[in-house]
Amino acid sequence: MNKKDNFLKGILKENPLFVSLLGMCPSLAVTTSVENALGMTVAVVFVLVLSNFIISLIMSSEKLAALVKPVRIPVYIVVIATLVTVVEMLMHAYLINLYKSLGIFIPLIVVNCIILGRAEAFASENKPVDSIIDGLGMALGFGVAIVTVSIFREFLGTGLLTIWGNLQINLNFIFDFLRMSPVGMFTQPAGAFISLGFILAVIAAVSAKRQEKQLKQAKEVKANV
Amino acid sequence: MSDLIALAFSAFILQNIILTQFLGICPFIGVSTKRSSALGMGLAVIFVMLISSSVTWLLYNFVLVEFEITYLRTIVFILVIAALVQMVETFLKKVAPPLYKALGIYLPLITTNCAILGVAVLNITNEHTFVEMLVYTTFIGIGFLFVIYIFSMMREKLDHAPVPKAFKGAPIALIVAAVLAIIFTRFGGLIEWIL
Repeated sequence: MNKKDNFLKGILKENPLFVSLLGMCPSLAVTTSVENALGMTVAVVFVLVLSNFIISLIMSSEKLAALVKPVRIPVYIVVIATLVTVVEMLMHAYLINLYKSLGIFIPLIVVNCIILGRAEAFASENKPVDSIIDGLGMALGFGVAIVTVSIFREFLGTGLLTIWGNLQINLNFIFDFLRMSPVGMFTQPAGAFISLGFILAVIAAVSAKRQEKQLKQAKEVKANV
Repeated sequence: MSDLIALAFSAFILQNIILTQFLGICPFIGVSTKRSSALGMGLAVIFVMLISSSVTWLLYNFVLVEFEITYLRTIVFILVIAALVQMVETFLKKVAPPLYKALGIYLPLITTNCAILGVAVLNITNEHTFVEMLVYTTFIGIGFLFVIYIFSMMREKLDHAPVPKAFKGAPIALIVAAVLAIIFTRFGGLIEWIL
Protein backbone atom coordinates (compact mmCIF):
# COMPACT_ATOMS: atom_id res chain seq x y z
CA MET A 1 0.00 0.00 0.00
CA ASN A 2 1.50 3.34 -0.99
CA LYS A 3 1.32 6.49 1.09
CA LYS A 4 -1.50 8.13 -0.84
CA ASP A 5 -3.80 5.11 -0.47
CA ASN A 6 -2.89 4.92 3.19
CA PHE A 7 -3.97 8.53 3.65
CA LEU A 8 -7.14 8.33 1.56
CA LYS A 9 -8.52 5.12 3.04
CA GLY A 10 -9.35 6.91 6.30
CA ILE A 11 -11.32 9.56 4.48
CA LEU A 12 -13.25 7.36 2.06
CA LYS A 13 -13.05 3.59 2.17
CA GLU A 14 -12.66 3.11 5.92
CA ASN A 15 -14.20 6.35 7.15
CA PRO A 16 -14.39 5.83 10.93
CA LEU A 17 -17.84 7.35 11.40
CA PHE A 18 -19.69 6.64 8.17
CA VAL A 19 -18.35 3.15 7.49
CA SER A 20 -17.21 1.67 10.82
CA LEU A 21 -19.67 3.59 13.06
CA LEU A 22 -16.94 4.52 15.52
CA GLY A 23 -17.02 7.68 17.61
CA MET A 24 -20.77 8.18 17.57
CA CYS A 25 -21.01 10.07 20.86
CA PRO A 26 -18.97 13.17 19.89
CA SER A 27 -20.40 13.14 16.38
CA LEU A 28 -23.91 13.53 17.77
CA ALA A 29 -23.07 15.89 20.60
CA VAL A 30 -20.73 18.51 19.15
CA THR A 31 -22.38 18.92 15.75
CA THR A 32 -24.75 21.73 16.78
CA SER A 33 -22.58 24.22 14.86
CA VAL A 34 -19.87 23.92 12.22
CA GLU A 35 -17.50 25.77 14.54
CA ASN A 36 -17.81 23.11 17.25
CA ALA A 37 -17.30 20.34 14.72
CA LEU A 38 -14.15 22.03 13.38
CA GLY A 39 -12.80 22.50 16.90
CA MET A 40 -13.41 18.84 17.68
CA THR A 41 -11.64 17.89 14.43
CA VAL A 42 -8.57 19.91 15.38
CA ALA A 43 -8.44 18.22 18.78
CA VAL A 44 -8.86 14.74 17.32
CA VAL A 45 -6.22 15.34 14.60
CA PHE A 46 -3.73 16.44 17.24
CA VAL A 47 -4.38 13.49 19.55
CA LEU A 48 -4.64 10.78 16.90
CA VAL A 49 -1.55 11.81 14.89
CA LEU A 50 0.65 12.12 17.97
CA SER A 51 -0.69 8.99 19.68
CA ASN A 52 -0.15 6.95 16.51
CA PHE A 53 3.37 8.36 16.20
CA ILE A 54 4.37 7.75 19.84
CA ILE A 55 2.84 4.28 19.98
CA SER A 56 4.49 3.14 16.77
CA LEU A 57 7.81 4.53 18.05
CA ILE A 58 7.41 2.47 21.22
CA MET A 59 6.37 -0.67 19.36
CA SER A 60 9.02 -0.46 16.62
CA SER A 61 11.93 -0.68 19.04
CA GLU A 62 12.26 -4.35 19.89
CA LYS A 63 13.38 -3.95 23.48
CA LEU A 64 10.54 -1.62 24.41
CA ALA A 65 7.97 -3.64 22.49
CA ALA A 66 8.84 -6.82 24.41
CA LEU A 67 8.51 -4.90 27.64
CA VAL A 68 5.25 -3.23 26.75
CA LYS A 69 3.44 -6.08 25.00
CA PRO A 70 1.76 -7.71 28.04
CA VAL A 71 0.41 -4.38 29.31
CA ARG A 72 -0.02 -2.62 26.00
CA ILE A 73 -3.62 -1.39 26.41
CA PRO A 74 -2.93 0.52 29.67
CA VAL A 75 0.20 1.97 28.05
CA TYR A 76 -1.81 3.15 25.05
CA ILE A 77 -4.41 4.65 27.35
CA VAL A 78 -1.79 6.58 29.33
CA VAL A 79 -0.25 7.96 26.12
CA ILE A 80 -3.66 8.99 24.78
CA ALA A 81 -4.82 10.46 28.11
CA THR A 82 -1.65 12.55 28.35
CA LEU A 83 -2.18 13.96 24.87
CA VAL A 84 -5.83 14.69 25.65
CA THR A 85 -4.81 16.56 28.80
CA VAL A 86 -2.41 18.64 26.71
CA VAL A 87 -5.18 19.49 24.23
CA GLU A 88 -7.54 20.33 27.08
CA MET A 89 -5.07 22.73 28.68
CA LEU A 90 -4.16 24.37 25.34
CA MET A 91 -7.83 24.92 24.51
CA HIS A 92 -8.52 26.27 27.99
CA ALA A 93 -5.69 28.76 27.54
CA TYR A 94 -6.22 29.93 23.95
CA LEU A 95 -9.74 28.98 22.79
CA ILE A 96 -11.88 29.51 25.86
CA ASN A 97 -15.23 29.75 24.01
CA LEU A 98 -14.64 26.51 22.17
CA TYR A 99 -13.46 24.91 25.40
CA LYS A 100 -16.75 25.86 27.03
CA SER A 101 -18.98 24.71 24.20
CA LEU A 102 -17.21 21.36 23.73
CA GLY A 103 -17.18 20.90 27.50
CA ILE A 104 -17.05 17.32 28.67
CA PHE A 105 -16.35 15.99 25.18
CA ILE A 106 -12.71 17.11 25.29
CA PRO A 107 -11.71 14.75 28.13
CA LEU A 108 -13.92 12.10 26.54
CA ILE A 109 -11.61 11.93 23.50
CA VAL A 110 -9.72 9.42 25.70
CA VAL A 111 -12.49 6.84 25.32
CA ASN A 112 -13.09 7.58 21.64
CA CYS A 113 -12.88 4.13 20.05
CA ILE A 114 -11.23 5.50 16.90
CA ILE A 115 -8.02 6.45 18.71
CA LEU A 116 -7.50 3.26 20.68
CA GLY A 117 -8.65 1.29 17.63
CA ARG A 118 -5.97 2.81 15.36
CA ALA A 119 -3.31 2.33 18.03
CA GLU A 120 -4.09 -1.36 18.28
CA ALA A 121 -4.88 -2.08 14.63
CA PHE A 122 -2.34 0.08 12.81
CA ALA A 123 0.28 1.94 14.85
CA SER A 124 1.44 -1.11 16.82
CA GLU A 125 2.39 -2.95 13.61
CA ASN A 126 3.62 -0.20 11.28
CA LYS A 127 6.45 2.29 10.92
CA PRO A 128 6.18 5.76 12.54
CA VAL A 129 5.84 7.66 9.24
CA ASP A 130 3.06 5.40 7.97
CA SER A 131 1.34 5.66 11.33
CA ILE A 132 1.35 9.46 11.16
CA ILE A 133 -0.19 9.33 7.68
CA ASP A 134 -2.77 6.80 8.81
CA GLY A 135 -3.65 8.89 11.87
CA LEU A 136 -3.97 12.06 9.80
CA GLY A 137 -6.22 10.31 7.27
CA MET A 138 -8.43 8.75 9.91
CA ALA A 139 -8.74 11.96 11.94
CA LEU A 140 -9.53 14.02 8.83
CA GLY A 141 -12.05 11.36 7.77
CA PHE A 142 -13.74 11.72 11.12
CA GLY A 143 -13.56 15.50 10.74
CA VAL A 144 -15.15 15.44 7.29
CA ALA A 145 -17.92 13.24 8.68
CA ILE A 146 -18.76 15.41 11.69
CA VAL A 147 -18.52 18.63 9.68
CA THR A 148 -21.00 17.16 7.18
CA VAL A 149 -23.42 16.30 9.97
CA SER A 150 -22.98 19.75 11.53
CA ILE A 151 -23.60 21.55 8.21
CA PHE A 152 -26.89 19.70 7.90
CA ARG A 153 -27.90 20.39 11.46
CA GLU A 154 -26.91 24.03 11.68
CA PHE A 155 -28.36 24.95 8.29
CA LEU A 156 -31.68 23.18 8.85
CA GLY A 157 -31.90 24.31 12.46
CA THR A 158 -30.96 27.98 12.24
CA GLY A 159 -30.29 28.86 8.59
CA LEU A 160 -26.76 29.95 9.56
CA LEU A 161 -23.34 28.41 9.17
CA THR A 162 -20.87 29.48 11.86
CA ILE A 163 -17.42 28.75 10.49
CA TRP A 164 -15.21 30.27 13.20
CA GLY A 165 -15.92 33.01 15.74
CA ASN A 166 -17.65 35.92 13.99
CA LEU A 167 -17.28 34.40 10.53
CA GLN A 168 -20.87 33.41 9.81
CA ILE A 169 -22.69 32.63 6.58
CA ASN A 170 -26.37 33.55 6.55
CA LEU A 171 -28.35 31.19 4.32
CA ASN A 172 -31.78 32.23 5.53
CA PHE A 173 -32.68 33.52 2.06
CA ILE A 174 -33.14 29.89 0.99
CA PHE A 175 -35.77 29.44 3.66
CA ASP A 176 -37.35 32.79 2.67
CA PHE A 177 -37.44 31.63 -0.94
CA LEU A 178 -39.20 28.42 0.09
CA ARG A 179 -41.51 30.41 2.39
CA MET A 180 -40.70 28.41 5.47
CA SER A 181 -38.70 28.96 8.64
CA PRO A 182 -35.74 26.94 9.97
CA VAL A 183 -36.69 23.79 11.86
CA GLY A 184 -35.47 24.38 15.43
CA MET A 185 -35.65 20.68 16.20
CA PHE A 186 -32.44 20.08 14.26
CA THR A 187 -30.35 21.89 16.84
CA GLN A 188 -31.89 19.72 19.56
CA PRO A 189 -30.87 16.12 20.33
CA ALA A 190 -33.58 14.56 18.16
CA GLY A 191 -32.22 16.39 15.12
CA ALA A 192 -28.79 14.85 15.68
CA PHE A 193 -30.16 11.32 15.53
CA ILE A 194 -32.31 12.07 12.47
CA SER A 195 -29.49 13.78 10.53
CA LEU A 196 -26.99 11.01 11.16
CA GLY A 197 -29.62 8.36 10.37
CA PHE A 198 -30.43 9.89 7.00
CA ILE A 199 -26.79 10.49 6.08
CA LEU A 200 -25.95 6.86 6.90
CA ALA A 201 -28.91 5.67 4.82
CA VAL A 202 -27.77 7.71 1.80
CA ILE A 203 -24.27 6.29 2.14
CA ALA A 204 -25.63 2.75 2.40
CA ALA A 205 -27.74 3.31 -0.74
CA VAL A 206 -24.80 4.70 -2.72
CA SER A 207 -22.42 1.92 -1.72
CA ALA A 208 -25.07 -0.74 -2.47
CA LYS A 209 -25.47 0.70 -5.96
CA ARG A 210 -21.73 0.73 -6.51
CA GLN A 211 -21.45 -2.90 -5.42
CA GLU A 212 -24.22 -3.86 -7.82
CA LYS A 213 -22.33 -2.16 -10.64
CA GLN A 214 -19.12 -3.99 -9.76
CA LEU A 215 -20.96 -7.32 -9.68
CA LYS A 216 -22.46 -6.61 -13.08
CA GLN A 217 -19.06 -5.72 -14.50
CA ALA A 218 -17.55 -8.86 -13.05
CA LYS A 219 -20.31 -10.93 -14.62
CA GLU A 220 -19.82 -9.28 -18.01
CA VAL A 221 -16.11 -9.97 -17.84
CA LYS A 222 -16.82 -13.61 -17.06
CA ALA A 223 -19.34 -13.86 -19.92
CA ASN A 224 -16.79 -12.43 -22.35
CA VAL A 225 -14.17 -14.91 -21.25
CA MET B 1 -34.57 16.83 50.27
CA SER B 2 -36.63 18.51 47.53
CA ASP B 3 -33.36 19.52 45.91
CA LEU B 4 -32.33 15.89 45.75
CA ILE B 5 -35.67 14.87 44.22
CA ALA B 6 -35.30 17.58 41.58
CA LEU B 7 -31.74 16.40 40.89
CA ALA B 8 -32.94 12.80 40.58
CA PHE B 9 -35.65 13.72 38.09
CA SER B 10 -33.37 15.89 36.07
CA ALA B 11 -30.74 13.13 35.92
CA PHE B 12 -33.36 10.56 34.98
CA ILE B 13 -35.26 12.46 32.28
CA LEU B 14 -34.23 16.07 31.61
CA GLN B 15 -30.53 15.27 31.25
CA ASN B 16 -31.05 11.69 30.18
CA ILE B 17 -27.59 10.37 29.54
CA ILE B 18 -28.28 8.82 26.14
CA LEU B 19 -30.94 11.00 24.60
CA THR B 20 -29.81 14.47 25.63
CA GLN B 21 -26.16 14.13 26.64
CA PHE B 22 -25.16 11.62 23.95
CA LEU B 23 -23.00 9.50 26.22
CA GLY B 24 -22.91 5.75 25.81
CA ILE B 25 -24.24 5.73 22.26
CA CYS B 26 -22.05 2.76 21.29
CA PRO B 27 -23.75 0.25 23.63
CA PHE B 28 -27.07 1.99 22.93
CA ILE B 29 -26.81 1.06 19.24
CA GLY B 30 -24.63 -2.05 19.60
CA VAL B 31 -26.10 -4.04 22.49
CA SER B 32 -29.78 -3.16 22.10
CA THR B 33 -30.76 -5.79 19.56
CA LYS B 34 -32.16 -8.13 22.22
CA ARG B 35 -34.07 -7.34 25.41
CA SER B 36 -32.01 -9.65 27.62
CA SER B 37 -28.70 -8.14 26.54
CA ALA B 38 -30.04 -4.60 26.96
CA LEU B 39 -31.09 -5.44 30.51
CA GLY B 40 -27.70 -7.00 31.30
CA MET B 41 -25.80 -4.03 29.87
CA GLY B 42 -28.01 -1.55 31.73
CA LEU B 43 -27.53 -3.28 35.09
CA ALA B 44 -23.79 -3.61 34.53
CA VAL B 45 -23.57 0.09 33.73
CA ILE B 46 -25.49 1.11 36.90
CA PHE B 47 -23.25 -1.14 38.99
CA VAL B 48 -19.91 0.01 37.55
CA MET B 49 -20.97 3.65 37.32
CA LEU B 50 -21.83 3.81 41.03
CA ILE B 51 -18.55 2.22 42.11
CA SER B 52 -16.34 4.19 39.73
CA SER B 53 -18.02 7.54 40.40
CA SER B 54 -17.70 7.07 44.16
CA VAL B 55 -14.04 6.12 43.92
CA THR B 56 -13.12 8.91 41.50
CA TRP B 57 -15.06 11.49 43.55
CA LEU B 58 -13.21 10.53 46.71
CA LEU B 59 -9.89 10.41 44.88
CA TYR B 60 -10.43 13.82 43.28
CA ASN B 61 -11.57 15.64 46.39
CA PHE B 62 -9.18 14.07 48.88
CA VAL B 63 -6.07 13.41 46.82
CA LEU B 64 -5.95 15.45 43.62
CA VAL B 65 -7.28 18.67 45.17
CA GLU B 66 -5.14 18.22 48.27
CA PHE B 67 -1.91 17.92 46.28
CA GLU B 68 -2.99 20.51 43.67
CA ILE B 69 -2.63 18.14 40.76
CA THR B 70 -6.19 18.44 39.42
CA TYR B 71 -4.87 18.68 35.86
CA LEU B 72 -4.12 14.95 36.08
CA ARG B 73 -7.88 14.31 36.30
CA THR B 74 -8.34 12.64 32.92
CA ILE B 75 -5.37 10.30 33.23
CA VAL B 76 -6.14 9.28 36.80
CA PHE B 77 -9.85 8.72 36.14
CA ILE B 78 -9.43 6.54 33.07
CA LEU B 79 -6.77 4.38 34.75
CA VAL B 80 -8.84 4.02 37.92
CA ILE B 81 -11.89 3.05 35.92
CA ALA B 82 -10.00 0.50 33.82
CA ALA B 83 -8.46 -1.05 36.93
CA LEU B 84 -11.78 -1.03 38.78
CA VAL B 85 -13.62 -2.82 36.00
CA GLN B 86 -10.92 -5.48 36.00
CA MET B 87 -11.19 -5.83 39.80
CA VAL B 88 -14.98 -5.97 39.79
CA GLU B 89 -14.82 -8.69 37.18
CA THR B 90 -12.39 -10.84 39.18
CA PHE B 91 -14.28 -10.17 42.40
CA LEU B 92 -17.66 -11.15 40.93
CA LYS B 93 -16.21 -14.28 39.38
CA LYS B 94 -15.03 -15.44 42.81
CA VAL B 95 -17.81 -14.20 45.10
CA ALA B 96 -21.00 -14.09 43.07
CA PRO B 97 -20.85 -16.47 40.10
CA PRO B 98 -24.56 -16.05 39.16
CA LEU B 99 -24.15 -12.27 38.98
CA TYR B 100 -20.93 -12.74 37.01
CA LYS B 101 -22.73 -14.99 34.57
CA ALA B 102 -25.40 -12.35 34.03
CA LEU B 103 -23.14 -9.28 33.75
CA GLY B 104 -19.73 -10.81 32.93
CA ILE B 105 -19.59 -10.37 29.18
CA TYR B 106 -20.66 -6.73 29.42
CA LEU B 107 -17.99 -5.72 31.91
CA PRO B 108 -14.97 -5.51 29.55
CA LEU B 109 -17.08 -3.48 27.11
CA ILE B 110 -17.72 -0.94 29.83
CA THR B 111 -14.13 0.28 30.17
CA THR B 112 -14.40 2.14 26.89
CA ASN B 113 -17.98 3.22 27.51
CA CYS B 114 -17.87 6.99 27.54
CA ALA B 115 -20.85 7.14 29.91
CA ILE B 116 -18.74 5.89 32.83
CA LEU B 117 -15.91 8.40 32.42
CA GLY B 118 -18.43 11.05 31.41
CA VAL B 119 -20.46 10.77 34.61
CA ALA B 120 -17.31 10.67 36.74
CA VAL B 121 -16.17 13.94 35.13
CA LEU B 122 -19.66 15.49 35.27
CA ASN B 123 -19.83 14.84 39.01
CA ILE B 124 -16.66 16.90 39.38
CA THR B 125 -17.52 19.74 36.97
CA ASN B 126 -21.02 20.12 38.49
CA GLU B 127 -19.39 20.29 41.95
CA HIS B 128 -21.70 17.72 43.52
CA THR B 129 -21.42 16.84 47.20
CA PHE B 130 -21.03 13.14 48.04
CA VAL B 131 -24.78 12.57 48.59
CA GLU B 132 -25.70 14.51 45.45
CA MET B 133 -23.12 12.49 43.55
CA LEU B 134 -24.73 9.21 44.73
CA VAL B 135 -28.25 10.35 43.79
CA TYR B 136 -27.17 11.79 40.44
CA THR B 137 -25.15 8.72 39.45
CA THR B 138 -27.88 6.27 40.47
CA PHE B 139 -30.55 8.06 38.49
CA ILE B 140 -28.33 8.60 35.47
CA GLY B 141 -27.76 4.83 35.52
CA ILE B 142 -31.48 4.10 35.86
CA GLY B 143 -32.15 6.50 32.99
CA PHE B 144 -29.63 4.57 30.87
CA LEU B 145 -31.27 1.23 31.71
CA PHE B 146 -34.75 2.65 31.06
CA VAL B 147 -33.93 4.04 27.63
CA ILE B 148 -31.82 1.12 26.41
CA TYR B 149 -34.54 -1.35 27.49
CA ILE B 150 -37.35 0.58 25.74
CA PHE B 151 -35.14 0.91 22.69
CA SER B 152 -34.38 -2.83 22.60
CA MET B 153 -38.11 -3.61 22.58
CA MET B 154 -38.56 -1.25 19.64
CA ARG B 155 -35.66 -2.86 17.80
CA GLU B 156 -37.09 -6.35 18.27
CA LYS B 157 -40.19 -5.11 16.46
CA LEU B 158 -38.07 -3.35 13.83
CA ASP B 159 -36.58 -6.69 12.78
CA HIS B 160 -39.96 -7.65 11.33
CA ALA B 161 -40.85 -4.24 9.94
CA PRO B 162 -40.71 -3.58 6.18
CA VAL B 163 -37.81 -1.11 6.22
CA PRO B 164 -36.30 0.22 2.94
CA LYS B 165 -33.07 -1.59 2.17
CA ALA B 166 -30.79 1.43 2.63
CA PHE B 167 -32.23 2.18 6.06
CA LYS B 168 -31.68 -1.34 7.47
CA GLY B 169 -29.56 -1.56 10.63
CA ALA B 170 -28.05 1.56 12.13
CA PRO B 171 -29.87 4.28 10.11
CA ILE B 172 -33.39 3.22 11.09
CA ALA B 173 -32.22 2.63 14.67
CA LEU B 174 -30.98 6.24 14.80
CA ILE B 175 -34.26 7.56 13.44
CA VAL B 176 -36.21 5.56 16.01
CA ALA B 177 -33.89 7.00 18.66
CA ALA B 178 -34.78 10.47 17.37
CA VAL B 179 -38.48 9.78 18.03
CA LEU B 180 -37.58 8.61 21.54
CA ALA B 181 -35.52 11.78 22.04
CA ILE B 182 -38.46 13.98 21.03
CA ILE B 183 -40.70 12.18 23.53
CA PHE B 184 -38.13 12.58 26.30
CA THR B 185 -37.58 16.31 25.72
CA ARG B 186 -41.33 16.98 25.78
CA PHE B 187 -41.79 14.77 28.84
CA GLY B 188 -39.01 16.74 30.48
CA GLY B 189 -40.98 19.95 29.88
CA LEU B 190 -43.92 18.45 31.77
CA ILE B 191 -41.76 17.60 34.75
CA GLU B 192 -40.17 21.05 34.75
CA TRP B 193 -43.67 22.53 34.86
CA ILE B 194 -44.69 20.33 37.80
CA LEU B 195 -41.54 21.07 39.78
